[in-house]
Amino acid sequence: MTPQPPPGDSALFIPRLLDWLDHRTGYRRLLRLALVESIPGGAKWRYVWGSTLTFAIVVQFITGIALWAAYSPNAQGAWESVYYIENVMAGGSMLRGIHHYMAHATMVLLVLHLMQVVVAGAYKAPREVNFWFGIALLHLVLGLSLTGYLLPWDQKGYWATKVATSIATITPVVGPALQEVLVGGADYGHLTLTRFFALHAGVLPGALIALIAAHVFLFRRHGVTTGGLRAQMDGGGHGDAEKGEEGGDPDAAPARVRTGQFWPDQALRDAVACLAVMAAVLYLVIRSGGAPLGAPADAAEPYAAARPEWYFMFLFQWLKYFPAGTEIIGALVIPGVVVTLVALMPFAGKWRLGHRFNVGFTGAVLAGIGLLTWQAYAQDRADPDFVAAQEAAEADAARVVELAAGPDGIPPSGALTLLRNDPLTQGPRLFADRCASCHSYDGHDGLGGELAEAPTAADLAGFASREWLTGLLDPQRVATPEYFGGTAFARGRMVRMVQSRIAGLDDAGRADLAKVVKALSAEAALPYQAEADEAERGEIAEGAELLSAVGIGCTECHEWHGTVERSLGPVLTAFGSREWLEAFIRDASHPRFYGERNDRMPAFGPDEILSEVEVGLLVGWLRGEG
Amino acid sequence: MNRKPQVADEPLVVEEGSGEPGSAPRRGFLAGIGAAAAAGLALVAPLWSGVRVALDPLGRSSGEADLIPVAKLAAIPDDGVPHKFRVVTDRVDAWNTHRQLPVGAVYLRRSGDSVEALNVVCPHAGCFVNIAADRSRFVCPCHKSSFDLSGAVNDPASPSPRDMDTLDVEIRGDDVWVRFQNFLPGRAEKEPVA
Repeated sequence: MTPQPPPGDSALFIPRLLDWLDHRTGYRRLLRLALVESIPGGAKWRYVWGSTLTFAIVVQFITGIALWAAYSPNAQGAWESVYYIENVMAGGSMLRGIHHYMAHATMVLLVLHLMQVVVAGAYKAPREVNFWFGIALLHLVLGLSLTGYLLPWDQKGYWATKVATSIATITPVVGPALQEVLVGGADYGHLTLTRFFALHAGVLPGALIALIAAHVFLFRRHGVTTGGLRAQMDGGGHGDAEKGEEGGDPDAAPARVRTGQFWPDQALRDAVACLAVMAAVLYLVIRSGGAPLGAPADAAEPYAAARPEWYFMFLFQWLKYFPAGTEIIGALVIPGVVVTLVALMPFAGKWRLGHRFNVGFTGAVLAGIGLLTWQAYAQDRADPDFVAAQEAAEADAARVVELAAGPDGIPPSGALTLLRNDPLTQGPRLFADRCASCHSYDGHDGLGGELAEAPTAADLAGFASREWLTGLLDPQRVATPEYFGGTAFARGRMVRMVQSRIAGLDDAGRADLAKVVKALSAEAALPYQAEADEAERGEIAEGAELLSAVGIGCTECHEWHGTVERSLGPVLTAFGSREWLEAFIRDASHPRFYGERNDRMPAFGPDEILSEVEVGLLVGWLRGEG
Repeated sequence: MNRKPQVADEPLVVEEGSGEPGSAPRRGFLAGIGAAAAAGLALVAPLWSGVRVALDPLGRSSGEADLIPVAKLAAIPDDGVPHKFRVVTDRVDAWNTHRQLPVGAVYLRRSGDSVEALNVVCPHAGCFVNIAADRSRFVCPCHKSSFDLSGAVNDPASPSPRDMDTLDVEIRGDDVWVRFQNFLPGRAEKEPVA
């Protein structure tokens, strides 16, 4: 039975309800315990770091649980669900952005908090255990970052985490088993995600809550460490002594210890600092347009831009300095020693100069980490291969989002198939792998890279377009490496014909030739020329007639819609069309094309150098489809 | 209607030990042991089954790696330079069986009728090793391990503890079959991943 308010005395209802609640729960005492905390020396801005960290973690819980409600940890659903959160769900990009950048902020705040603790000597007796709790919390946060990086299942997270779990295997004795349990088997797959997600959203946050509770409990038990560096070394017990010593204003030098309260003095400063942290995170979210999402993870696709998140870059760089056989020293021994030395600070601090040593050691470690981080980024910036890899990665990431948002959407087999079946993505790669040893594409290897050797066959950028054909029929260009220069055809009939007969055309003949080019190019039905082909149908029809005219005489050697005198060169009917080009790539030695005059063009189809699907992707890209 | 709350006004009196005064500590001790044992026993089944599931992958060896057809011999240019080929095979991923999935890649290098195969994965930390633009060597894009075209470490500063992993190759007719397997990174000897 709830107590009924006396009629007409509703003003007393709330206080009475609270009285009742307090009687049943004792909440006022808890609230007092939580808020009433005297701070010797008064509230200070430099005491805010612990509170901002707690705030950052609360934000991670809020955003993390909201993300959880939309995330699916499986190999064909993780990237897809993150894509959906990021690009489709209302507020999704903001949510992911906050979770992502607050993780960064947590790292920064951890370092600031640690520095504050070390400089203030707050690790010393009786606070040793709480200092160790803090170090354990640091590791939990690092673990949360590491596991969280994999969850979007994009190329970046996949390959960076692969490095991390690879390093785990060098742990003596248990290494390989540890990796297998963590990864959920020999290969990355569904179970890697379910396990990392369980760690990221269950085990580590659970441990984090327990440790933060213990950390805050012990902090309240011991109280704020007021002693500044100077006061400690002068043997002064209270930080307020330093105030007196330093006091520039003699009138203000207090004779007695001024005591502030956590509520509301320090709480106000803490809240303002938390607001500042949130503002900084929001600035980063808005500036970057949300958290990054790379292309879906692919074990068969190289990812040369694999890098960990910035706060692990120092470890990444560090490993470069450990040649064969010493990796374990760099990856496990030295980091282990450094962490152990940090954990032993409370004892070192007891010796004369011990505190100075601790401060210096912490500073040196942080400076070393800073230097390694800077080196890592400087080396990557100066490495053209890395810059190119990163640009390629960004292009893939943008492309897959474009495809996923397209009319076909994401199939149940996952977004990876979108990229695998995309001519624009696969065409250049296939070209670089299989064609660029002879051909060039606009002077490069298809991916924008330099050619390993000078091309020996035609440049295929814009193949069958008007521009391409105009160049082919240009006496100045036909025998250059851009067309037939590097091939056996350099001294063949086609080149001779262009260099003699076409070179000798008068103005009227050249005008006719332009029409022929338009007619021949229209056979290809290139999507990017569709408008011009449609608009100039008259000229194209004229050109189709002129193609067999005496002056130009293509049909003396090439078949053209049934018209042919001698079949010596490739059939020009449907020249450059999808079907023509696919058949040509499959087997250029077919009588329809070069026959036995074929010069070194492999039989990509019969020899299974390229599958049907791959030929289709390559042709789609060459023709500018998709 | 104003009833006085009945709870907690009178403190609950806890009697320590009941029965004969002499047996109280002994009884308390036994009760404590009993409580701990019962609670521990109650947790055995959930903990045991939880740990078993967590360790389940340890028991699942994927067994001996099979030979997989990777390419036609004619598809590998006979130029002494390694060329990258995708390895496409069936793959069981926990509850899914994928048919003909690209699961990795190999570098194949042909000289005449013999073919050498290298796993693309760096033996240092598992990155995908690239072939340099001038095709003179392999470089790992992560920690800059460097290998010659046969896969041998060619720079003493390379962090890789061993040469790139060679794979068994068999040529059956026109087809190149490769025993595709991964090896544990970060150690001098080649040990297959279970």
